[in-house]
Amino acid sequence: MLKGRNLVDPRDFTTEELDSIFAFTKEIINRPEEFAHLCDGKILGTLFYEPSTRTRFSFEAAMLRLGGKVIGFSEPGSSSVKKGESLADTLRTVGSYADIIAMRHHKEGAPQYGAKYCPVPLINAGDGGHQHPTQTLTDLYTILESKGSLNNLTIGFCGDLQFGRTVHSLIKAMSRYENIRFILISPIELQVPEYIKTEVLGQHGLNYVEGERLEDVIGELDILYMTRVQKERFFNEADYIRLKDSYILDLRKLESAKDDLAILHPLPRVNEISMEVDADPRAKYFQQVKNGMYVRMALIAKLLGVR
Amino acid sequence: MLNITSISKGLVIDHIKPGLGLKIFKYLKLDEADFTVALIINAISEKHGRKDIIKIENKIDIDLAMLGFLDPNITVNIIEDEVIIDKINLTLPDTVENIIECKNPRCITAEERDITHKFVLINRDKGLYKCQYCDQIYS
Ligand SMILES: [Zn+2]
Repeated sequence: MLKGRNLVDPRDFTTEELDSIFAFTKEIINRPEEFAHLCDGKILGTLFYEPSTRTRFSFEAAMLRLGGKVIGFSEPGSSSVKKGESLADTLRTVGSYADIIAMRHHKEGAPQYGAKYCPVPLINAGDGGHQHPTQTLTDLYTILESKGSLNNLTIGFCGDLQFGRTVHSLIKAMSRYENIRFILISPIELQVPEYIKTEVLGQHGLNYVEGERLEDVIGELDILYMTRVQKERFFNEADYIRLKDSYILDLRKLESAKDDLAILHPLPRVNEISMEVDADPRAKYFQQVKNGMYVRMALIAKLLGVR
Repeated sequence: MLNITSISKGLVIDHIKPGLGLKIFKYLKLDEADFTVALIINAISEKHGRKDIIKIENKIDIDLAMLGFLDPNITVNIIEDEVIIDKINLTLPDTVENIIECKNPRCITAEERDITHKFVLINRDKGLYKCQYCDQIYS
């Protein structure tokens, strides 16, 4: 039962609870009109202490498509937060007006702290470089939709794996499924943090390898999760020049990939996936964006207990 | 050999790691005490070579979890009529509140007023704690 619960960490829900969210997501995608009034009379509060137009629009569109309404702010400068109101008081106040709250905060742990004071369900819409659990739900749903299962997969993560919170969250989430193999492709300087290797990959005894070049392993992958790798993240120019092309996905590299590979990316993209890939049936990242809204619809409905 | 008068009713905090005695003394605000208190530094210890000891001629309330966090090898003796009636061995507590602060500048504890700094023990052998908010590890 998810009614009244919060979503702060990607592992707050059991895999069975995730299954129920994904099953409902699928129902909504198949018959959206049937759920257009599911949240009539309900209000979503969106508290974005740090601007993130995409994520906020995704939440707001989700609530509007369920027949609900939305209140909130998109930068704290325009609210009482600017006057020095504490997070606890802001959540108590907005929680008196709204039935559910989605919060993006620049400080890590803010949603966990805030949840203690929030009288209504609180959804973490991203806290610093820490967690982004609704992106993880989106990623999991897109994998499930593409592959039919979350088990028995070889998943490649490519790009900046050190600072990418979506990568950390998805590794944590996928570590709970059966027979998962991870291939982690990044420059040496941008490998996943040590705590992910020991706490998550090490503890579950998961099968993972690390490498530097995408073209060496692309043929083994069922899922390819691309992230941005910026020039300024490299420690020296020579490494950047040596590796930069191997982190740009183009049709030539895809020649050796499986026909049923699914390419994901949390977006926005800069140049790590060439535009020519967009038309390839293996490109799932725009579908992923759409799924993000439907998954949030299912999540909002479940936490409100209307479904 | 230095001789310190034994106490008739109170507490003896024994086997304190050398150098930590003064910190505990200050933490317990014993410098403000209006009863007899002794801080002994670098006493000879049969077990550990050297140790600090604090003797308190009064029954005061002390936070045993905090003491255990600072040094789990400490023992606290409770004295009545000049004899030890109870000996408490300390261990690392499962959680510590408001003793240490999170060092992660991106942590919510760095911003919010009146927030409890809470750490949870994640590895007893290594004495590793993590911030309950941002998961940053303290060791
Ligand atoms: Zn912290």
